[in-house]
Amino acid sequence: MITAPFEYARPGSVDEAQSLLTKFGDDAKVIAGGQSLIPLMRLRLSQPTALVDIQGIGELKQVRRDNGTIEIGALVRHVDIQRNAVLRETLPILVEMANDVGDNQVRNLGTIGGVIAHGDAAGDYNALALMLDAEIVTNKRRHQARDFYRDILTTALEHDEVVTAVRFPVSTGRFAYTKFRRRLYDWALAGVAVQESGSSWRVGYVNLARTPRRGSAVEAALASGASAADAAAQSGSDIDPTSDVRATAEYKRHLTEVLTVRTLQKAAAV
Amino acid sequence: MAVTSLIGARIQRREDPKLITGHGNFIDDVNLVNMAHMSIVRSPHAHARIRSIDTSAARAAQGVVAVLAAGDFKPHIHAPLPVTNAFVADKKQVPDQFAIAEDEVIYAGEPVAVVVAEDRYLADDAAQLVVVDYEPLPAVMDLEKAMAPDSPLVKSDRSDNIGWDAAFPAGDIDAAFAEAEVVVKQRIGQQRLFPTPMETRGCVADYVPYDNRVTLWTSTQVPHFVRLFVGGALGVPESQFRVISHDVGGGFGSKIRPYLEEYLTTATSKIVERPVKWIEDRTESLLATTHGRGQIFDVEVAARRDGTLLGLKFTQLLDIGAYHGVFSAFQVVACLIGGGAYEWKAINARSIGIFTNRTSTDPYRGAGRPEATHMVERMVDLVALEIGMDPAELRRKNFVKSFPHTNNFGLVYDSGDYPKTLDRAMANIDYTALRKRQADLRAQGRYLGIGFSTYVEICGLGPSAATAPAAGVALVESSMVRVHPTGSVTVSVGTHAHGQSHETTFAQIVADTLGVPYDSVEIHHGDTGDTPFGYGTYGSRSLAVGGMAIMASCHKVVEKATKLAAHAFEASEEDIVVDQGRYFVRGNPGEAKSIAELAFASYGAGLPAGMEQGLEAVSYFDPPNFVWPFGCHICAVEVDPETGGVSIDRYVAVDDCGNVINPMVVDGQLHGGIAQGISQALFEEVLYDEETGQMLTGTMVDYLIPTMAEMPHFELDRTVTPSPTNELGVKGIGEAGTIASSIAVINAITDALTPFGIKHVEMPARPDRLWSMIKEARA
Ligand SMILES: Cc1cc2nc3c(=O)[nH]c(=O)nc-3n(C[C@H](O)[C@H](O)[C@H](O)COP(=O)(O)OP(=O)(O)OC[C@H]3O[C@@H](n4cnc5c(N)ncnc54)[C@H](O)[C@@H]3O)c2cc1C
Repeated sequence: MITAPFEYARPGSVDEAQSLLTKFGDDAKVIAGGQSLIPLMRLRLSQPTALVDIQGIGELKQVRRDNGTIEIGALVRHVDIQRNAVLRETLPILVEMANDVGDNQVRNLGTIGGVIAHGDAAGDYNALALMLDAEIVTNKRRHQARDFYRDILTTALEHDEVVTAVRFPVSTGRFAYTKFRRRLYDWALAGVAVQESGSSWRVGYVNLARTPRRGSAVEAALASGASAADAAAQSGSDIDPTSDVRATAEYKRHLTEVLTVRTLQKAAAV
Repeated sequence: MAVTSLIGARIQRREDPKLITGHGNFIDDVNLVNMAHMSIVRSPHAHARIRSIDTSAARAAQGVVAVLAAGDFKPHIHAPLPVTNAFVADKKQVPDQFAIAEDEVIYAGEPVAVVVAEDRYLADDAAQLVVVDYEPLPAVMDLEKAMAPDSPLVKSDRSDNIGWDAAFPAGDIDAAFAEAEVVVKQRIGQQRLFPTPMETRGCVADYVPYDNRVTLWTSTQVPHFVRLFVGGALGVPESQFRVISHDVGGGFGSKIRPYLEEYLTTATSKIVERPVKWIEDRTESLLATTHGRGQIFDVEVAARRDGTLLGLKFTQLLDIGAYHGVFSAFQVVACLIGGGAYEWKAINARSIGIFTNRTSTDPYRGAGRPEATHMVERMVDLVALEIGMDPAELRRKNFVKSFPHTNNFGLVYDSGDYPKTLDRAMANIDYTALRKRQADLRAQGRYLGIGFSTYVEICGLGPSAATAPAAGVALVESSMVRVHPTGSVTVSVGTHAHGQSHETTFAQIVADTLGVPYDSVEIHHGDTGDTPFGYGTYGSRSLAVGGMAIMASCHKVVEKATKLAAHAFEASEEDIVVDQGRYFVRGNPGEAKSIAELAFASYGAGLPAGMEQGLEAVSYFDPPNFVWPFGCHICAVEVDPETGGVSIDRYVAVDDCGNVINPMVVDGQLHGGIAQGISQALFEEVLYDEETGQMLTGTMVDYLIPTMAEMPHFELDRTVTPSPTNELGVKGIGEAGTIASSIAVINAITDALTPFGIKHVEMPARPDRLWSMIKEARA
């Protein structure tokens, strides 16, 4: 439970962070809240040779509204999201997700940029970014969320790319998020997010495939006027769960369908 | 005069101010000058031959002091780890376990080398550089397959994989089954559990070569045992070997044995001639600290249609793991108390201990008794279901009703009133209303279930007459009570504490018995340097045995103080009245001497003829019997048939542990105990890959320890049936909550699912497991 040795640097700007990443080479990593990276390092499953700690870059801590878009800086923590009045009005589903991420310690340190860059299918915000067609802004380019998540913990980010912000469309319609867990502080065994967007519904799935998933088949069914139950019956083609110590794939598929119905019903009742 | 009594008082724990302000003294708080740090290289394989170990890169690494393997330890460690008889004196095989593997590793986590460095970071870095060439061998994982004559062996030099096979027959079982109108059969599992104390293990060893002296700080429940065995194996006599165990951050049975790391750290200190610290990290702990449970019961019950229980037949298959745990065979006690709180004509039990390529099992909170309770309480419900009788009524009909009661195996239940706790619990939960609510909800397609557990527990280990033949040791307990010249009192005890508040409760007993202020009593434990020999803390024994050893010393002190008072007042001893620490001549309470005054006098001149100076006593207490706590827990759950999720609606417990020294401490023990049982019922399970023997639940992300948020409100109540076994009238309460609770939850879940035709549910009742059972039942 002790990390392998590594070098450490704390840049003051994104440019400096990038040049440090170049200097340290391929095995260097950005560290933000450390809530995903440090556990992996302590198990020595990840042994970066250097950490570039971006916590000193103040400009990454902003939340800004820009007409129909809400831009959230990479270093905005879960707890900041929970407390942010603008987000509560413009993207309340994100606030609801933040309320249920890990425990207080995790929420006090973990960042949205870290969730996105880590690209974990179990990271609640990743499914949201995908289903709402968010944009991921880095020092180098803008990624469309739909092209961003490649495989287990693998994203389109390059080695010296620093996520600086995530841009979500302002989403004030009805919504609901259901996170099914064995324990209060657990990651989702399965998570289902639904958000009304104009006249249609967006659906996202957390921890039900190697990457976050959008509920395209369910969305299409809803668009063609299907009932919650009939639409949810389509969820099987949106996900690709595997069996693990938590549950069998068969159960996860069934659970997803049940949760999809319940989440749609809950959102419609808002 | 105001009459005060500390025994029975709900006073706050004396331990808390220190612990909650961060001033506890745990193993990692021990830091010695020139101390080196040890990291252990452990086998990643469940079973493999070691072809070679290359330590050259590790030895060359920065800050490394030494890299040691089996050959380096052989000249220093002269004995294998101990194994007690524990109910199975004639084990089929007791393979020697040396502290570190030499040529064959037989469980993932077995040590193969140690690295000593200037700090723990450097030690862990260098440990990564030790190259071990393994030849993997087949892993023996399945208990039944392991018993087959053609099974691969857990270790190549064994005759087979059987550790013991012991039969416990009592009465004419065939006659009992011949009389039966109904027979119910069930296989009941007990999954492996991690004991997961908050403080993992750890030790600091300081070997001083100059005079062959060792001080070993270790996180243990049994400091005197550790000294006896580790000292013995290293050739250091008790007089030269001091074991210190200050605060212990939990143990739950997993710190009940001398551990190989204690041997290795001490020997390493001797080899490198420096103090050495080893702290077990959490991942390591899950592999290297003994596990609990790991059993399968095949059970049959014979009964009459009117609900009369007749005969009980069962076989316990127990997963020993790679080597015998020091006390693993203690869990065979399940055979002797498998009958629970009921009368049986005959019981026939058999226990088979089976080796596998897994970490050893050893006692875990309850050790054999939760398993027995889970089994018998499950079977009683199955009988009730079979004959259509209310489970509470079936219990009531078969309860043992008169005490003392000699059970089928000759064990004597000291006292009890089982219907009383059942009635109280049913009243507290409003059973009739709850059954009505269950019916109403069922009509709406909701599944509420009610589960009973009417347990009886054997604890207070134990009378030497019983424990010496069964366990190989006389589990007595000791105390030394010393009244200092100005009246403060030091009490040293042979038992230890790993979170049970002994510093508070023992002081309550002493303050009352000697009549001294509570604050003037200091309790010492956990340091072999200033405590008399004792057997340690487990089996809910510290109060019923250790507390009585304290009483015995207090009585001796009072007796001497009475003599001193008689001498001072020039009266006869018979005329001295002792009232709350004041000694006076009958009829003259105005002129009294306090125990402090008498203590002062005792160290001076002018004592009665023939009396030695001082006011102190040493006692060993050998209890005449075990003690037998009991109670009734009732749990109400709702199961969501769509997701298989379980939510606990109510949890009512009525426990009887005899007289209570401190109600708050008793409630605290129940809270923790019940939580652990609920946790076994719903959450925890150690999983291994059945092919490779790799642990699948090797982090706290995958091994589900519940938090407060998953626990219901515990509605506690108690009855008080004093124990006739000891003067305090006390029983034990450390394990009762765990013994009772897993089955209350499982019986509730099963009851909820009876409309689906489901009769039995295994632990943990995971949502996916329940959902597939419901799905199958519906199909
Ligand atoms: C007990 C526990 C429970 C948790 N439960 C949940 C949960 O229920 N839901 C959930 O979503 N998460 C959960 N988390 C994870 C938590 O949300 C993390 O905070 C998050 O996944 C990562 O954010 P971080 O800032 O801590 O990133 P870090 O751990 O610092 O980094 C994670 C990865 O992202 C990279 N990275 C971080 N920031 C950037 C950046 N700006 N640019 C480029 N790369 C970057 C790092 O190099 C690293 O590879 C839990 C964590 C713990 C410890």
